[in-house]
Order: sequence, then structure tokens, then C-alpha cells
Amino acid sequence: MSGANALEVHNLVVRHDMLTAVRGLSFALPVGGRMGLVGESGSGKTLTALALMGLLPMGWQADGSVLHDGVDLIRQSDRALAHRRGRTISMVFQDPLSSLDPVRRVGYQVSSVIRRHMKTSRREAERQTIELFRQMSLPRPEQLVRAYPHEISGGQRQRIMIAMALACYPQLIIADEPTTALDVTVQKQVLRLLNGAVEQRGCALLMITHDLPIIAAMCDTVAVMYAGRIVEMGPVGQVFRSPRHHYTRGLLESQPTMDNIALDGSSRLTSIPGMVPPLHSLPTGCAFHPRCAAATEKCVAEVPTLEGGTRRAACWHPVESMAEAAAS
Amino acid sequence: MTTHTNAPLPTNEAMRPILEMRQVTQTYTLARQKLFEARPTLTVLDHIDFDVRPGEAVGLVGESGSGKTTLTRILTGMEQPREGHVLFDGRDVWTAEPSHRQLFRRSVQVVMQNPRSSLDPRMRLGASLLEPLRSLRIEGDHAARVYQVLDQVGLSRNALERFPHEFSGGQLQRIAIARALMSGPKVLIADEPVSALDVSIQAQVLNLLKDLVRDLGLALVFIAHDLSVVAYTTSRVSVMSAGRIVEIGKPLDLFTHPKAEATRNLVGAILTVESGLAGNALA
Ligand SMILES: Nc1ncnc2c1ncn2[C@@H]1O[C@H](COP(=O)(O)OP(=O)(O)OP(=O)(O)O)[C@@H](O)[C@H]1O
Ligand SMILES: Nc1ncnc2c1ncn2[C@@H]1O[C@H](COP(=O)(O)OP(=O)(O)O)[C@@H](O)[C@H]1O
Ligand code: SF4
Ligand SMILES: [Mg+2]
Ligand SMILES: [Mg+2]
Repeated sequence: MSGANALEVHNLVVRHDMLTAVRGLSFALPVGGRMGLVGESGSGKTLTALALMGLLPMGWQADGSVLHDGVDLIRQSDRALAHRRGRTISMVFQDPLSSLDPVRRVGYQVSSVIRRHMKTSRREAERQTIELFRQMSLPRPEQLVRAYPHEISGGQRQRIMIAMALACYPQLIIADEPTTALDVTVQKQVLRLLNGAVEQRGCALLMITHDLPIIAAMCDTVAVMYAGRIVEMGPVGQVFRSPRHHYTRGLLESQPTMDNIALDGSSRLTSIPGMVPPLHSLPTGCAFHPRCAAATEKCVAEVPTLEGGTRRAACWHPVESMAEAAAS
Repeated sequence: MTTHTNAPLPTNEAMRPILEMRQVTQTYTLARQKLFEARPTLTVLDHIDFDVRPGEAVGLVGESGSGKTTLTRILTGMEQPREGHVLFDGRDVWTAEPSHRQLFRRSVQVVMQNPRSSLDPRMRLGASLLEPLRSLRIEGDHAARVYQVLDQVGLSRNALERFPHEFSGGQLQRIAIARALMSGPKVLIADEPVSALDVSIQAQVLNLLKDLVRDLGLALVFIAHDLSVVAYTTSRVSVMSAGRIVEIGKPLDLFTHPKAEATRNLVGAILTVESGLAGNALA
């Protein structure tokens, strides 16, 4: 394990009886780095995150290796993992209401995490909690710590979850769709706060979302996931400006842009035909082939591999970049 | 992958509105805070004027709690407004005779945000599609109507035997649209129809809604809190804030010259891949 990585994942497989939801994921996230994991619902993002945190639901099993802070998380006991969660690695979930305890005051929930991991006094933990709330631009922090989760808005709850995730200065934060449940106007504010806090503390971020603009704004690298595999990865500017996998290109073209809007309702969006395949009937070869206009027999028969340097795509017939197309 | 650009959507200025709201105010009475105190009232819609014409797609945007869903409930007749009028085809639906009310009920249909919760999980799709014909007591060749609607939304006939859990979110939203079309409506109201869907599927559903406006001459009211999605789908947008319509304009004008503060906030909230890559989107 190289000391320069906050997380190194080798050939992660997540399965449940006969169903395999994550089919061999490998990536490395450098210390202080920010990686986006993007894909449509059902592509295996949440199960990946839960496997990394040791929080898989009953009946699911992870194989491969997940190196973090000098240990393989997959081979750690439940107790060792529980001790680590919130301290060296923490997670922000999509739905803050279900991850906060409804019968305890929000301030207590944050300060007890600080006390447990940092061994500080109760008063010191309370002081740090108020300070964290202030950093998250929460209104009237001294009073808000006394509120119960149902008494505050969704955007405020999500900021409290972020405060809790940051409380012990973790090396790595995993955020799974942290703003998907929020109103657009609140979304940007929460992202801005998360972005600033991660930057200030220098912790690594694994940002999981189906929202490409969020990855573009927050990450330096991106991995695109489809049907349990990474199909393309690389620096975010390169992947989004000149995608090589046809799925990545399809996702990018499905986004409404200023050009669409400028037509005052008369333009059409490009869409990817069909849908994400269910786990029990994954296509052979490149799993995207039933939806891909460039698919050939080779795509149906053989799984394309993800090889190369920092910029990789698992595709037999990669999208030509503008420059290449012009040259040929 | 399919792309085509079509002629601009008509604004149909010449036609008269098929569905209209005039000076609608809606208030709710809240629980008393203290004994002997008057029960406080909350004004959720405040003197709203709103209309849509045949073959026109109009948008309604606003932050959470601004009153969009309340407006939907009043436009569809699920709720009666405290003040003001709802007119279908020029006549007040709350004072007209029962036959006009019945026509209004058939002619104004809704598609909601979450297709999974709007379809009965125990019913095969075929039965779900017939249900509105039954509840609205519509006569005629029901089987032929089902096939016609399946064609309009691009679903195959073998879908009829299947249950909701066998479909993806995007397909279910298509099915929910099909169900809304069964009674042959003139107006379709879509309240956040794509916010629960993935990007690739969002585009399919948005394109379908636009096709229905163009091909069937439907009037579409498209509601969302994401201005970019609304701007893409409609040719005229109303911006709501705290129960009032604070600005009306063409999508491009709202983006380039937003006047109301609420519009500026909604424009400012939009993140695109381009703005994200430019590096200052969250500054
Ligand atoms: N039956 C009711 N009784 C009391 N208050 C209500 C009722 N229905 C809605 N409200 C209030 O009216 C306001 C507008 O609600 P509405 O659901 O119309 O908002 P919206 O714009 O659709 O929001 P969102 O984007 O979150 O769906 C909110 O403050 C809501 O709490
Ligand atoms: N608890 C579960 N039981 C059965 N199947 C599940 C469970 N959780 C996830 N899955 C399936 O595993 C696949 C990946 O799911 P998930 O990781 O939640 O995807 P994403 O987060 O990318 O939407 C999906 O096909 C989903 O239906
Ligand atoms: S491998 Fe084949 S099917 Fe898959 S994306 Fe590339 S061209 Fe399309
Ligand atoms: Mg998920
Ligand atoms: Mg609503």
C-alpha cells in the first residue's frame, strides 16, 4: 500500500447469493484527493459505499481489498470498523432524517461523536459542536443544538450530518448523493459548505452521485459506473470534455444545456434509449451493448477491459475525440 | 441515440385559454398555538392569475413551499379555492352544471413526481390503465383506447400483463403518463415529473411530454423547482415565490435578464457541467 493514498480499492466485488451488484472495482484516491463516482440508479454506487464502510445490509458480502490507513477494511472485525467510522473515515448519506436519531437533540448527537472519538470533556465537545454549526452557516447555533431533527429543514439537517462527518477530522469522507433529496436552491449552498470544509481540512472526498454537474464542480477525477463496473475514468475535465465510452457520452448529452434553453422550449434533448439492466439479467460482454449505437458482435461477446494510465475507458470502439475525428 | 430539432412550439396567443385561474387565493387554518388565541391562517396562494392554451406548454417554477402543488390541486379541482375562479373552457367549474364539471374532470389530468406511488403495486398495468375509464364512467371501446395510448407513449402491448415492480422508474413514469391520457384529456399537469428519475431517463420523459403537446395539441402545465428542466420543456414560465407569481417570461429571458429576486435565486442555483468545470461554480 502506498502511503500517498487515502483509499485503495482492488477488485471489489459485492454479492448476495447469485446476484453480483459490484463486479470488480479498482481505484485509488490520493490523500486530499477528490474523486467522483457517477452512474445511474442501480449501477451499484451505494453498495460500493456501504462495502467501503463495512455497513452492507444483511446477506451481502464483499470481496477484494480496501486499503485505508494501513489496514484492509474488508478484513477488519465489526468492532474495529465501528471504532474507525466517524474517526478516520466518515460518511454522509442521502437521507439525513433516517440517519439522525429522532428522539435526541441534534447538538447532543454531534457532540457525542466528538466525545467518543476525541476523548474530550463534555463542555469542550459542546463548544466544538457550536463552532461546527457556525462553520456550516447554521442559524443561531447556540439554540439550534437543542432542536430535534423533525424541527429543522432538510437542508439544515444535511448540514448537521456534514458537521458530524467532519467533527473528528477524518482522512476520508464518503458522500452518497448528499444533496439529491434537497431543493435546488438549498443544494448549491450545502455543496459549497461541504466543498469548503473538505478543502480547509485537506481530507479526501469520494463523492457519489448521478449528477454530473456536481462532480464537475467538486472533483478532480471521476469514475463512471455502469452495471457494477467502472467503464471510464480519468481527470474530470478530460472525461467530461471528451468522453471515450459511449455511455459517458450519452449521459453528458442528456443534460439540458444553455443551448437547449436558448431555444425557448423548441429543442429536443438527446436521450439514451432503453434502461439500466436489472441484476438478474445483466447483458454479456459490454453491459451497455443493448443501448449502444456503436455496438458490434465483439461488444456482445467480450468484456472490454479498463486498461491504460490515468485516462481509461472500457470500450472496444471508443468515441473519437473531436481532434482525432478531424484528423482522419 | 436520437436527436432532432423541431420547429418552435407555438405560443397560440390567438387561442383562448382552455384552463384558467383568476385571482385565486387559498388559505389554510392552522392549529391554535395557545388556548383562547385565534387560530392563525396561512395564505398559500395570493391572488394568482394563471392560464394555459391548447398546444401550449407553460412552466411553473419556485422554491420548495412556494405553493406549486397547492396550485396543482386547485387547477385539477381537488380543492376549492377560498377566493377567485377556476375556468375550464371559459366557464367557472365550481358554479357550472354537473355535466361541465364532469367534462372538466375528464379533461384535466395529473402526472405526479413518484410513479411508483401513483400506481397500485398489485394491479397489472392493463388494469391500471382501465381504472380511470371506470372511475370517470367513460363509455366506448376500452381495448382500442388502451392500444392507442400505449402507442402514444411508446410502450409495447406486452407491458399490459406486467406489474409495476417489473418496470424501471422511467418506464413507470411513461405508464403514469399513459394512465393520465386514458380519459382523453385536453390539459396535462405534471408536478415534478422527472425529479425522481435518472438523467438519461429524464430526457426520454421530457421529450415524450413535448411530443404529446405537439402531436395531440395537449395543453401542458409543467411544474418543477429546477428552472433548467422547465425552461427546456416550455415556452412560457411563471416564477412563484411565497404564494405569488413574481415574474412571467420566456425561458431565455428569465435566464439572461431575471427581474425578480426569486428568479435570480433559481438561476443562481443551476449547476451545469460547463460551469462546474470552469471552476468557480461553488465560489
Ligand atoms: N393542507 C395544508 N394545510 C396547511 N398548510 C399547507 C397545506 N398544504 C400546503 N400547505 C403549506 O403551503 C405551502 C405551499 O405548499 P406546496 O406543497 O404547494 O409547495 P410546493 O411549491 O409544491 O413545494 P415543493 O417544491 O416542496 O413541492 C407550504 O408552506 C405548505 O407547508
Ligand atoms: N438490500 C438490497 N437487496 C436486494 N438488492 C439490492 C439491495 N440493495 C441494492 N440492491 C440492488 O443492487 C444494485 C445496485 O444498487 P445500489 O448500490 O443501491 O445502486 P445505486 O446506489 O448506484 O443506485 C441494484 O440492482 C439494486 O436493485
Ligand atoms: S464496448 Fe461496444 S457496446 Fe460497449 S460502449 Fe463500446 S462500442 Fe458500445
Ligand atoms: Mg444509491
Ligand atoms: Mg410540491
